Amino acid sequence: MSENLMVRPMVGAPGATPAAVEASGLRKSFGNVQAVDGVDLHIRPGEIVAFLGPNGAGKTTTIDMLLGLGKPDSGEISIYGATPRAAIARGQVSAVMQTGGLLKDLTVRETVRLTASLFADSRPVDEVLQRAGILEIGDRLVEKCSGGQQQRLRFAMALLSDPGLLILDEPTTGMDVEGRRDFWSTIRSDAARGRTVIFATHYLDEADAYADRIVMIRRGRIVADGTAAEIKALAAGRTVRATVTDLEQAAVAAVDGVDSVALHGGQLTVRTRNSDAVARYLLTRTDAIDLEITSHNLEDAFLALTSDDPGAAGE
Amino acid sequence: MSTLPLPGSIAVERRVPPLGGFNLTLLQIELRRRLRNKRTVFFTVAFPVIMFVLIGAKYTNEPLDPGQPVSAGGTSVAAYAMISFAVYGAMLASTAAGGAVALERALGWSRQLRITPLTPAANIAVKILGGLVLGLLAVLATFTAGVATGVRMPWQVWILAGLAAWLGSLVFTALGLLVGYLVPSENVMQFMGPVLAFLAFFGGIFMPLSELPELLQAVGVWTPTYGIGEIARAPLSGEAFNWLAVGNVLLWLVLFGAGAALAFRRDTKRV
Repeated sequence: MSENLMVRPMVGAPGATPAAVEASGLRKSFGNVQAVDGVDLHIRPGEIVAFLGPNGAGKTTTIDMLLGLGKPDSGEISIYGATPRAAIARGQVSAVMQTGGLLKDLTVRETVRLTASLFADSRPVDEVLQRAGILEIGDRLVEKCSGGQQQRLRFAMALLSDPGLLILDEPTTGMDVEGRRDFWSTIRSDAARGRTVIFATHYLDEADAYADRIVMIRRGRIVADGTAAEIKALAAGRTVRATVTDLEQAAVAAVDGVDSVALHGGQLTVRTRNSDAVARYLLTRTDAIDLEITSHNLEDAFLALTSDDPGAAGE
Repeated sequence: MSTLPLPGSIAVERRVPPLGGFNLTLLQIELRRRLRNKRTVFFTVAFPVIMFVLIGAKYTNEPLDPGQPVSAGGTSVAAYAMISFAVYGAMLASTAAGGAVALERALGWSRQLRITPLTPAANIAVKILGGLVLGLLAVLATFTAGVATGVRMPWQVWILAGLAAWLGSLVFTALGLLVGYLVPSENVMQFMGPVLAFLAFFGGIFMPLSELPELLQAVGVWTPTYGIGEIARAPLSGEAFNWLAVGNVLLWLVLFGAGAALAFRRDTKRV
């Protein structure tokens, strides 16, 4: 991910261009169900953002509103300074849906040609077919394509307008490992040109590996928003262990971010949201040795932040 | 996949396509899809021709009005049948073209289109034009079969009857759209086929309304098939213009069109 951050030019310099996504106070209910309950989002051009959350958390409803497929009950959305519909009319935003959205009786190439014809400006058909890895099956009928090939076709269609914002709903479902890796390298090469990417995924490792930023949604609200490392720290914190001979427990407990301190036979275990502060304290003010910091993985954070019982975190 | 890096950065200034995204590539692919569907082609082009050849073609010398023999310039029963089946073919074709939205909704294609610049109006225009092209094919095929089997009419009758059968089918494009936006079925024509046959029977397409019992005649003039049939055959008889038929066509066009617009709105709200 750090490599990812380095290759990205500073297209998102404040004030230079409008935010890729600016949403405030989004709410949407279906009958008695409050699907989205006050979501605020500010996404800079060029960011790769993962939406994580359990089924029914409101990810898809939020995405639908960003695409203008659903109208929020209240709240404002602007995509590159325009309404979702106006952004779509200009080819500034495109999306890869998880299922459907294809005509079975067209060939792969016809589907892309048709879609290309709808935009004022479009990348060449063969170029997007090649980038999506389906150039050689251009003449195949969509109904004869495998699930993975159909997913690549949806991706090819989304590349046509060279959009500023690309929204992906579970983008690599049905792709094999190699396909998934190629897919992400295409995404990252475009992000380097300034493309903003929002993807919903249930592959936590995918969010961890490819997103600059993770937005966790639970029950229609954002429960965490930050880098993968920040999210991990936020949910369960880190555990700092060290061997000590002489220690005042209360002083450690007073360090910023510490949740609990336990000392058993010279073995100190500190659970903290700020492991750096604890480590610094232990190494500079005490005789602690063999210091070890372990972080919980994103899976733990995901479960902790999105489960109904926050106490179940990080075990 | 290949990760060809593209040159340049993502454009910020962008254009909106003219005509809501309507273009000839879109129309061409739409027509190709219609013609790729063997079922549609059979029922819209082959079926009316076969029906005409089997039922109507043998009456090329049988006068519609016994007082006016065909040899003396009278209208043949075959000419009457030919125009009727042309109307029927155009009806089926345009209903199928409009009804195609049902399949597109079921497949999620309409939703996909909504994340492109294509406006709903442009999309519906493509369906209407597709219906017109398919309807024209149906009329031309039936008329060709008529010429081949010896139907003779004054040239202006060919043109006027053909135009009426063709353009009148717009009523059924509207009906197809209405049904297409209402039902979740993948193939609207599976049940619209029998419905249209029923309407054609009671609306004076398959046989003159005057041959039905009086009660059925009274009902028949209200069917959406009655108006088009009457108008398309009017050039044959040279009778006074039938305003009841015109009213029938306009009434159903407005009803189906408004219904389709309402169903469309309901559909896009839900999606």
